[in-house]
Amino acid sequence: MKRLWRFFPALPALMLSGCTVDLLQPGGPIGEGNRDMMVLEFAVMMCVVVPTCIATLVIAWKYRAANTKAEYKPKWAHSNVLEVFIWGIPVLIIAVLSCINFWSTHYYDPYKPLAQDMLKREHAENTKPLEVQVVSLDWKWLFIYPEQGIATINELDVPTKTPLDLHITSDSVMTSFFIPQLGSQIYSMAGMETRLHLLARKPGSYRGEAAQYSGPGFSGMKFRAIAMPQEQFASWVENVRTGTSQFAEKDALDEKTYRRYATPPAVSNEVAPAPAPVTYFSNVQSALFQHIIAKYNNGMARDANGNGVMHMDMQNNGANGTSSATGM
Amino acid sequence: MLGKLTLSAIPYDVPILVGTFIGVAVIGLAVLAAITYFRKWGYLWREWLTTVDHKKLGVMYIVLAIVMLLRGFADAVMMRTQLALSYQGNPGYLPPHHYDQVFSAHGTIMIFFMAMAFMTGLFNFVVPLQVGARDVAFPFLNSVSFYMTLVGAVLINISLFIGEFSNVGWLGYPPVSELQFNPGVGVDYYIWAVQISGIGTLLTGVNFFTTIVKMRAPGMKWMHLPVFTWTAFFTNIMILTTFPILTATISMLSLDRYLGMHFFTNDGGGNVMLYLNLIWAWGHPEVYILILPAFGVFSEIAATFSGKSLFGYKTMVYASGAITVLGSIVWVHHFFTMGAGADVNTFFGIMTMFIAVPTGVKIFNWLFTMYKGRVRFEGPMNWIVGFMITFSIGGMTGVMLAMPAADWVLHNSLFLVAHFHNVIIGGVFFGYIAGMNYWFPKVFGYKLRDSWGKWAFRFWFVGFYLSFIPLYIVGIEGMTRRLNHYDNPNWHPWLLVACVGVFVLTLGVICQVGQLVFAIVDAVNKKHDAQDLTGDNWGSGRTLEWSIPSPVPHYNFARLPVIRGLDTFETEKELGRPEPVSELQPIHMPKYSSLGPILGFFTFLLGFAMVWHIWWLAIVGLVGAFIAVVVRSADLDIDYYVPVEEIRADEEAFAKRLNAPQAAE
Repeated sequence: MKRLWRFFPALPALMLSGCTVDLLQPGGPIGEGNRDMMVLEFAVMMCVVVPTCIATLVIAWKYRAANTKAEYKPKWAHSNVLEVFIWGIPVLIIAVLSCINFWSTHYYDPYKPLAQDMLKREHAENTKPLEVQVVSLDWKWLFIYPEQGIATINELDVPTKTPLDLHITSDSVMTSFFIPQLGSQIYSMAGMETRLHLLARKPGSYRGEAAQYSGPGFSGMKFRAIAMPQEQFASWVENVRTGTSQFAEKDALDEKTYRRYATPPAVSNEVAPAPAPVTYFSNVQSALFQHIIAKYNNGMARDANGNGVMHMDMQNNGANGTSSATGM
Repeated sequence: MLGKLTLSAIPYDVPILVGTFIGVAVIGLAVLAAITYFRKWGYLWREWLTTVDHKKLGVMYIVLAIVMLLRGFADAVMMRTQLALSYQGNPGYLPPHHYDQVFSAHGTIMIFFMAMAFMTGLFNFVVPLQVGARDVAFPFLNSVSFYMTLVGAVLINISLFIGEFSNVGWLGYPPVSELQFNPGVGVDYYIWAVQISGIGTLLTGVNFFTTIVKMRAPGMKWMHLPVFTWTAFFTNIMILTTFPILTATISMLSLDRYLGMHFFTNDGGGNVMLYLNLIWAWGHPEVYILILPAFGVFSEIAATFSGKSLFGYKTMVYASGAITVLGSIVWVHHFFTMGAGADVNTFFGIMTMFIAVPTGVKIFNWLFTMYKGRVRFEGPMNWIVGFMITFSIGGMTGVMLAMPAADWVLHNSLFLVAHFHNVIIGGVFFGYIAGMNYWFPKVFGYKLRDSWGKWAFRFWFVGFYLSFIPLYIVGIEGMTRRLNHYDNPNWHPWLLVACVGVFVLTLGVICQVGQLVFAIVDAVNKKHDAQDLTGDNWGSGRTLEWSIPSPVPHYNFARLPVIRGLDTFETEKELGRPEPVSELQPIHMPKYSSLGPILGFFTFLLGFAMVWHIWWLAIVGLVGAFIAVVVRSADLDIDYYVPVEEIRADEEAFAKRLNAPQAAE
């Protein structure tokens, strides 16, 4: 307890010190959309909540038993005019919010590629989206860049002003992929692929987290999402490819290496598992992501176009394509 | 022989648990010794444990709820202190293994064994009196329901000292609750505690639904039902429609864990989203199951303490009905982030928002009930004013969460945690505590001390805001729920404030315990001015329960009341009580039965044995429970008649008490 009180005098100062309120200071258009919806609803609801709270206090005080001067009508229990307002005002407000709800749910749908007008505002309408495949493991995040042929653990590097096309799955329990400042989260589930589209406007290092409890290592299951200008991103990719970074893993991310990393750390009852260090892989086995999904679906996964379903053993466009998916 | 149970299951190496065990053992032994010393075992068994009297069962439910409240609250204090400490490299004093069990137990206990037990206790005590019945429709079944709830509560508490509890949250989401990721007995304790108590709740639903439909006093039409009974009616409809889903879902999880099936596993065709849909198809109606009776309590209290008819009685009834229907079609808002299509999300989002309409209507109705009234701020009325303000704020954040585009960032955050505590503490808890203060004199014939109740309210009101406004803020700062430790400096000061808040709440709990202790002291001393002699303790009771003596005689009504409208007792007070037309008749009443506790005992054996895979004991439990049911079914000696002399004596004593104050003037 002593520890707690020690902080007390400094409390106001601590609260005012320049802190980031992640959800109110987003780093991209999706996060801004989330924030706008939040703030808009807050404002609309405050129009009802504040008067209601004030009315409660005023009426409770005015008609207190001691105030015998106030009017007293013990039988008064119904009024058609009031009923109209009592039902009408909430219905009206909710109807307006419902329209906004309909629009925003569709406009910001995480599954849909970012809307054209949004991209135009971000000056990204002609930029090719960056595809990243996200795998949640016990208790770390694996990011595979299929086009670049590289992968990272617990660090998601992305170019700014570029639509991000995230494909998400889990090779363990369910959790939720979330970068608060970039916006919307989505669940990661084994054997399933969820989608999320984001965009980082300015360079920066954003906090990423697992937003769904996933076991003893859950609190340490964090990553950084680092947004950098496109040229810098290209040189970062080069850097990872050549394996010269301090985080480089010398083995390529094939099934064997993957299995080593996917194995959960030993868990003790006394201490929390340590967070996994950032790791870069210069080389990734093709279709690893599909293999991870396929092993929960009797070897079936979506094909590269995402249009059909294929058996991973039948897939023949890759060095290890014929290896048994269920063997992973 | 003992299945998975070995000596290593006893956590004698965890100091917190050993300390707790010693504390519990000392208190337990003291209670047992006191019962023995005062030779109360026979009394306890004959008058309480074997009872089928709805009033005594109601009291036992609420005693259980209060004990569970203390347990769940202790968990809350541990979580808040852990998060105040575990900052930037400091692991705090609860490692994940322990902390995860604490938050899981907190949620499970507060919902299933605090709120549900409290609610059922209020139903038990109030509903039969408000409808003018002498007991519930199935008195023995009522006893069985209580023992099922008790067995669940005992199992969850035994898990503290034998083995471990679930570490995956109060809803046990798979696949992390599956055997592959959770081989311990924690989830099994959760399964059997929830499963057994859930069956008890379902039976309660059957019982009270039937009671309200079939056992209303002569002349009581539907639109004469007091609002609390109306909300109880809708609640029981929801229990009947949704608790079977809970039973089925938990059964499927058990099949996965015990027989290696694949309902919710990652592989073998299992689907975790199936579990999420099913559990929330029960879980969302569940929160309305909890809040509707609280709305009912507030409606009773608002009218009584405003000295006025409830404004918009019919509106109240229709709004409750609307909440019942809408509450069943909103469950997907608990997982807008699972990747459903935009149309699905929109539908559930808009439905969720629309629940704010009937709820808002209710708030306005209570407001207009106070309007042009004579509002007396005795204990129960404090809670309702606090509720109206707090619940409005909770409703606002609820509407915010109902918008998928906002929920995608607020989901699973501490904003969400703050929201549901806002409505559950500010709505459910305030309501039930107000109800306890309101009906306590009716139950025992003694009042709770009002000043202690008011202080409890002040601490709870202030403590609530201190504890949960910071959680709203850290939620907006992107903090996820169920974190064990963190390193974000922005969150730390707010979590310190929340920790201070929980200590203010502790003061509130102390005041409430003080209130109960002083009520016992007053009763033991037979303190005169703490007694309720007239049966209408607040002087402005409007419904039937206030027309009979406090404490209520075991047969409730000497003569079945004849109902001529809403608020019968209020009408009687104005027009004068009609002269009884009929002679007193012997009253047909159910006999107490020891088979309730016996059935409970065998069910406990079954649950405990299943947790630890002690198959022979599970069979003993199952067969024993079955035999108990058979014996009960074959027993024809289950009723008796209360003799007229006893009733007449009671009536005369009550008449004398009623006339005494007038004589004194």
